[in-house]
Amino acid sequence: MQDTIRIQVNGEARDWRRDATVADLLRDLEITSERVAVEVNLEILDRAMFAQRSLKDGDRVEILSFIGGGGESPRRSTDRRKCVHSL
Amino acid sequence: MRDDRLIIAGREFKSRLWVGTGKYKNFVETQKAIEVSGADVVTVAVRRVNITDRSKENLLDYIDPKKYTILPNTAGCYTVEDAVRYSRLARAAGVSDLVKLEVLGDEKTLFPDTAGLIEAAKILIKEGFIVLPYTNDDPIVAKKLVDIGCPAVMPLAAPIGSGLGIRNPYNLKILMESVNVPVIVDAGVGTASDAALAMEYGADAVLMNTAIAGAQDPIAMAEAMKYAVWAGRLAYKAGRIPRKLYATASSPIEGML
Repeated sequence: MQDTIRIQVNGEARDWRRDATVADLLRDLEITSERVAVEVNLEILDRAMFAQRSLKDGDRVEILSFIGGGGESPRRSTDRRKCVHSL
Repeated sequence: MRDDRLIIAGREFKSRLWVGTGKYKNFVETQKAIEVSGADVVTVAVRRVNITDRSKENLLDYIDPKKYTILPNTAGCYTVEDAVRYSRLARAAGVSDLVKLEVLGDEKTLFPDTAGLIEAAKILIKEGFIVLPYTNDDPIVAKKLVDIGCPAVMPLAAPIGSGLGIRNPYNLKILMESVNVPVIVDAGVGTASDAALAMEYGADAVLMNTAIAGAQDPIAMAEAMKYAVWAGRLAYKAGRIPRKLYATASSPIEGML
């Protein structure tokens, strides 16, 4: 049995040690577990489960938190100094 | 204005100006603008944590959730499934059941997909969310949202980030008269007079982001918006005079030579 597993974290393939839990993953990534949401294989994990859920080969992990945003998708925002007079 | 509190789903809010946290130059500017605006509700988006560069700071290090009500949105969601998924993630990441629900219809206008909005709201309300829906200036849709359990509605003034001001004041007025919950005008404000006008029409609050963050001086605009919302609210409560086509003299004729 290999010591590492291959998982997807936020869309990136990562090799991780076999016995790691979600809490371990967050610690290794230097992410404080407060105010993040974790989804494993499309299932949202309760914060209390972070230390219990161990990662398996092929797991798709999403780690999300709050960023600046108003009404629009921040990824589509334009430079604020770039004034477009379309009217 | 101290006794003029806004209450939504049993929660009391001091400020009738709500602000977004996107598009600022940096977190220091975000923090300062919000502080100056006097807003106590701030919207945030839910996104993937940057796992490769952990040196990046967190917004909530600058916006204290103990001081502000953090209102997560589902910005960028174009389907019911996505909006529901992001709402659940926001609740898992945060501390409350509040969500500003957006189901967008198209990238060019960012207008809400109101059919999808109602569908997503139904699912989330059943799950115990307090859903504040970003909707169109359509009184019928607003009524439906209230009927299914939304404790407030958030109609747009104009497309998000457009700065066009209130495009359809009459629809907004009808909307406000059609529902018995707070109406928060959301999106489209360009400058202070737009915000004042929304409040004069009877809006219970105004939510904006780009109008402040995109101004040449965001901090100064944040202050302008604070006073605009106050002025508009006070004028609404004071009751404006009716419009007349011809003059009515303010000074008496009596006593003239």
